[in-house]
Amino acid sequence: MTESTPVIEMRHIVKKFGDFAANDDINLQVQQGEIHALLGENGAGKSTLMNILTGLLQPTSGQILINGKSVAVDSPSKSDALGIGMVHQHFMLIDAFTVTENIILGSEVTKGLSLDTKTAAKKIKQLSEQYGLQVDPYAKITDISVGQQQRVEILKTLYRGADILIFDEPTAVLTPQEIGELITILHNLAKEGKSIILITHKLDEIRAAADTVTVIRSGKSIETFPVAGVSSQELADLMVGREVSFKTVKQDVETGDTVLRIDNIEVQNSREVTAVKDFSLQVKAGEIVGIAGIDGNGQTELIQAITGLTKVQSGAVILQGKDITNKKPRQITEAGVGHIPEDRLRFGMEVDMTLSENLALQTYYKSPLSKGGVLQPTEIDQVANKLVKEFDVRSAGIQVTAGSMSGGNQQKAVIARELNRDNELIIAAQPTRGLDVGAVEYIHQRLIAQRDAGKAVLVVSFELDEILNLSDRIAVMNAGKIVGIVNAKDTNKQELGLLMTGMSLADARAALKKEVDA
Amino acid sequence: MTAQKNSLSVALFSVLFGLIIGAIIMLVFGYNPFSGYTALLSSAFGSMQDIGSVLTQMTPLILTALGFTVAQTAGFFNIGLSGQALAGWVGAVWYSLSFPDMPAYFMIPSALILGAGLGALAGAIPGWLRAQFGASEVIVTIMMNYILLFLGNDILQNTMSKNIKESAETTKQVGANASLQIKWLTDLTQGSSISAGIFISLIMIVVVWFIMKKTTLGFEIRAVGLNPDSARYAGISAKRSAIVAMAISGGLAGLAGTIEGLGNYLNFFTQNGSPAIGFDGMAVALLGGGSYLGVLGAAAILSVLKIGGLGMPMSSGVPFELVDIVTASIIFFVGASYLIKLMQARIKAMDEKAASTAEAKKIAKTKSVQDNSKKGGE
Repeated sequence: MTESTPVIEMRHIVKKFGDFAANDDINLQVQQGEIHALLGENGAGKSTLMNILTGLLQPTSGQILINGKSVAVDSPSKSDALGIGMVHQHFMLIDAFTVTENIILGSEVTKGLSLDTKTAAKKIKQLSEQYGLQVDPYAKITDISVGQQQRVEILKTLYRGADILIFDEPTAVLTPQEIGELITILHNLAKEGKSIILITHKLDEIRAAADTVTVIRSGKSIETFPVAGVSSQELADLMVGREVSFKTVKQDVETGDTVLRIDNIEVQNSREVTAVKDFSLQVKAGEIVGIAGIDGNGQTELIQAITGLTKVQSGAVILQGKDITNKKPRQITEAGVGHIPEDRLRFGMEVDMTLSENLALQTYYKSPLSKGGVLQPTEIDQVANKLVKEFDVRSAGIQVTAGSMSGGNQQKAVIARELNRDNELIIAAQPTRGLDVGAVEYIHQRLIAQRDAGKAVLVVSFELDEILNLSDRIAVMNAGKIVGIVNAKDTNKQELGLLMTGMSLADARAALKKEVDA
Repeated sequence: MTAQKNSLSVALFSVLFGLIIGAIIMLVFGYNPFSGYTALLSSAFGSMQDIGSVLTQMTPLILTALGFTVAQTAGFFNIGLSGQALAGWVGAVWYSLSFPDMPAYFMIPSALILGAGLGALAGAIPGWLRAQFGASEVIVTIMMNYILLFLGNDILQNTMSKNIKESAETTKQVGANASLQIKWLTDLTQGSSISAGIFISLIMIVVVWFIMKKTTLGFEIRAVGLNPDSARYAGISAKRSAIVAMAISGGLAGLAGTIEGLGNYLNFFTQNGSPAIGFDGMAVALLGGGSYLGVLGAAAILSVLKIGGLGMPMSSGVPFELVDIVTASIIFFVGASYLIKLMQARIKAMDEKAASTAEAKKIAKTKSVQDNSKKGGE
């Protein structure tokens, strides 16, 4: 079989930062009309490779061929000119502008002195029909959903004539339904002859969307093979380089006394709209309670209210019989609550401070980390070194800034800090968001170990797999209320999915039963 | 580490460019830049008295720059250093003139504490307004500069008793019990107005560095300044940090003003505008790049320019204002540090590219040899 000339060929790409090789002889070939997944753990070198392809970084050595011709991609504009477009994980859109204005930004068509948005809008409309990217060209970005915003990003690259589209973790921000739509879009694009590079560490999506996958591990390209017939387990093992277990084994543990009791609380969001209402829940020692729900149904406000970051309007939060309602964050922390926050970069760490300082963020004011108001650097570093070792936090040392670490290691650091204080209650919000399977497995084991040690654990996650995997009991939230509480053993994804839409437990079970009967 | 190296090189480049701009302007207007800068240097270092004047100039600038840096670390832009300095100056002079018989060992420490305290109060007010109501500290401190300026003049002209005034516009000189001047220093510098204030400034560099880097208080201020959300999550009160940081900032400015009053001028007189030490201190802090040692170097450079500039018209005919142009250009380049960093990055990238193309060529060569031999084998 003769292979046609690949659209993109990256040969022996090496990129060194000092002594560290982020890319160490990576080879990648993408054919026209192919969806090519790039699979690798956090920090494996995927982003570096794509930054080289898009001209943001220059390789230390290696060669890039586009349609068989050797090219030097020495700037982002060069990459644009070569027809390479990138759909970023974090959208680069201006909220107050319309879809059209955002798309033409930087390559505006003018009619005399004024913008010719009409022609542009027409072209956008035509593009969106051709590729099945439904979006209103005149809608403002603020008014459209996240999924639609992503379509705008895709249209932006198409409008600029991209033939090669790179998607960086495109599903991280999408709902399950939007993910399905995105995969259809990807197939449409490939059918029309576009070549797609899909960066992800979500294995199901690779199996659903990609034709070919290249696995990258520790800066090296390990293997390239067709996706058809490969199991998620095989992909995961290749990516991590060892056998990974998806289903964390949990032993039955006797539950103890109630640790957290939430009684009928009401919480408002930052716009002073009620986000949590009539919410009651109990978490016992030795159990993990999962809160399932679609993003934006009050989970964030609930966690912030329990941890003192937001005011509780009415109702009570009781920790081991002590009222902690509307106490200050530090009082709640000291009462025995460990909090792994949803947004680790905004709340969980000081990205410009060192790893060592971040590990001391909750305890710096106490002996032995400080004495008489004076920090004790030796003790702080000692604790940091201990935690780094115990929780396998990998970085170039404890004096690097937290912001320079990979997401997985940042999260491990946050978890190390929060679990180290021997808390009675651990609140973990989105504990594995954006992390690869290896890190996910590790974090799940840690949380389960807390439960096994007789702690109470409250987990909030938008990922049903995570909820089902971790929880003993699952509370489903919709519009700020609990729709139903079920035992993890007696439920499944379908049932939870229906509950998440606001259906009552009885209705959901009836609907599912009907489906089975039919 | 690298960030500090970076800001050091930005500072040095800025000073260099500032001097080059000054030289160009001298050339354009028909002066000889060499004799201009020679005159500047000899006026700054020509005699012990000149050196004394440079040190006298540095003293308050170090303190106001430290004050600016502390506020900046907490995420605030304290433009009110002038007013806070004035509060300390007026208060300390008034206090020391009111108790002419108090022994020096009690008078001097209490006057310093009072002056610093008044500055701290003047700084804490905008800090509190910011923490409590979200009022912009930039605007509040600018307005407070005016309030404190005219309040100071009003106290001098209408409130102080005639006994302690020389004229309607000037107080008497403070007594020996309150003066910070030291005889041997004065003698050594041939009668310059240098005082023990320079030692206080140097000690404060260490003290402020220690507070900000080594104490839990400094940790909290830094955490709030870098990321208020995660600070709050970690149980640090952003409100308290705001007030404390602004109070320390104002306190340092107040101390600067106190030393101006008790060390340099030895009196207080009607001010036509906010004292320059506030704004010059901001310039020093910016040039110092947020580093406490950098503040010392930057204060030295700007003070040399200031004192040296005074002698330029006499010996070289270059007008004194040239120094203002040089200083302004230096600050401009610090502000435009992005440009300097970009230039450095370009130079570095060019070097790297040359190196990598050489390496790539070498690799390509060996590769093609290998490929050929492989093909031969198949």
